[in-house]
Amino acid sequence: MKSSFGIIDQTIRSFTIARKSIRIFYAKGPVVIFGLLFPIFLFLSFSIGRNMTLDFMMPGFLGMILFFTATSISPVVVPWEAQARTLERLMSCPVRLETIIMGDVLASFVFGTAISLVPIIIGLALGITISSPVLFALAVILAAICFASLGNVFSIPPSNVPATVNMIAAAVRFPVIFISGIFIPLDELPTWGQAISYISPLTYFTDIARNSIQGQSHLPLFVDFLALLGFTVLFLVVAMKMHQRTMPRRI
Amino acid sequence: MNDGFAVRVKNLTKHYGQVVAVDHISFEVKKGELFGFLGPNGAGKTTTIRMLIGVIRKDHGEASVMGYPAGSLRAKQLSGVVPEMANAYIDLSGWDNLMLMAELYRTPSTDAKKRAEALLQELGLYERKDSKTSTYSMGMRKRLLLAMALINDPQILFLDEPTSGLDVQSARSIRAMLRNLKKEGKTIMLTTHNMDEAAELSDRVAIINHGKLAAVDTPDNLSITGGRVYLIDLSFDKPVRSEVLAKLPGVSRLETAQAIEAADRLRAQMAMAGAGRPGGMGGGKGQMQGQPAGGMSPLAGTGTAEKPDSSRFRLYTENTTLLVTALVDFSRANSLTMNILNVRSPSLEDAFVRLTEEKSHEE
Repeated sequence: MKSSFGIIDQTIRSFTIARKSIRIFYAKGPVVIFGLLFPIFLFLSFSIGRNMTLDFMMPGFLGMILFFTATSISPVVVPWEAQARTLERLMSCPVRLETIIMGDVLASFVFGTAISLVPIIIGLALGITISSPVLFALAVILAAICFASLGNVFSIPPSNVPATVNMIAAAVRFPVIFISGIFIPLDELPTWGQAISYISPLTYFTDIARNSIQGQSHLPLFVDFLALLGFTVLFLVVAMKMHQRTMPRRI
Repeated sequence: MNDGFAVRVKNLTKHYGQVVAVDHISFEVKKGELFGFLGPNGAGKTTTIRMLIGVIRKDHGEASVMGYPAGSLRAKQLSGVVPEMANAYIDLSGWDNLMLMAELYRTPSTDAKKRAEALLQELGLYERKDSKTSTYSMGMRKRLLLAMALINDPQILFLDEPTSGLDVQSARSIRAMLRNLKKEGKTIMLTTHNMDEAAELSDRVAIINHGKLAAVDTPDNLSITGGRVYLIDLSFDKPVRSEVLAKLPGVSRLETAQAIEAADRLRAQMAMAGAGRPGGMGGGKGQMQGQPAGGMSPLAGTGTAEKPDSSRFRLYTENTTLLVTALVDFSRANSLTMNILNVRSPSLEDAFVRLTEEKSHEE
């Protein structure tokens, strides 16, 4: 029996929680299919009839898939667990609340990254080129963690009804799509539009993706990476602090 | 601080808004002890357990488990928990639920597998270990939860109503397991609404009511000191006026057949579903205190809806010798035969009712 309870110990336990969540909440046929189809149809509905090149479409499409998949299930995992009456047992295990949250974020990260590989592979097969694959991979990983953390923030309100939490999440997720340079490049937005776009973490991933695929970006890459990192830290801190208050009210 | 006590609680308090759910309670649980934690619904049992297992935070006071602050990771690592109303992951099999818990407690894989097999065998779940728990009955899920609580070989178990709402076989299986664990020297803190279960299993019990501890003692001591009043169940061969019977020396209270049945129904409901306080000792329809009956005939014939005639009664007395002698004399004088005369010692349930009612009346 291990009893150090340090960071490594809790990280190992958070991987256990992540595996559990992937198995129970993510690795379901309908969830995977929805994770792929929904962003595809959303994107098609806005791109069909418009004169867009594959190079222009791909970064926005990737951004949408990553954003939607990484934030799709994570908001409802905690409410689901509370409703299914498994949360109290989980909280009574020798894990910190932060460990539970990290486990849920990890599960969402894995799901978002795995689903995003599909359009990346299709894009490569269709002839797009990624100028700096390592930087692009880093951006996908960082953005997936950032979006997964945002998904966890959505689950802070102590409602145990997944539909309620989903409504809260949808109210944020959809507007974010339209202010993040997916359908209209940031350079073409008015100043006030650009100012609004900077509050969206998706903006920075899309910008990195445009740099990798189109060879041009609105912001310097290091700014994009720093912004994604900053949003990730912010979302994680908010999730951990606020869940401390609301989690006990769920049981 | 590890001094022979598995649990130490001092002035533990929890508020929910204006409501004081747990109000400055203090008690200790010795190592190796099975400690029953009893109380009506909403008395503060589950809130206390939740503070001890670290699911909710205390507002005031101190609590330690196995020498570590309650809710700390070290305390949790040494504990096994069956929360009230908890569930296993229904999309996982019984086996996978156990392995998940073993991983969360970082129990070595080989030990976990051995323990899982043994626990599933002992609790009668081995044949269904690979079935999803969504296909399990409620009794099977409760047994699985107990196995999940034991997979890490804990030093202390917190069981919040583990047999509530279960069929007889599942409840027996869990009680048998608890007896074995007690023999092995495990410390167990058990909440239950089943007074027979508490009296049978517990070394000591605490009774909590409205967030305050009403008593902490052995079941026997509580039965004697808390109960005080003996029960005499009797049945005559003919209907008898209850007001005449109530006048006999030593009768402190009398219940007719109607009241007895109502009380028994309440007791049964409480045992089945944890419905709170049983009936039987409070005043109500069909109950009366001893009082003069005038010069009427002791035998029935003029019973009314308010004072029904009956041949079956339950008498409460603090002096069984006096009352039994009076009953014999009364039967002889009126040519009655007593078909049943059953003197019953006060039970833990009687003590529970008395203590919780006393507190309610005080407030």
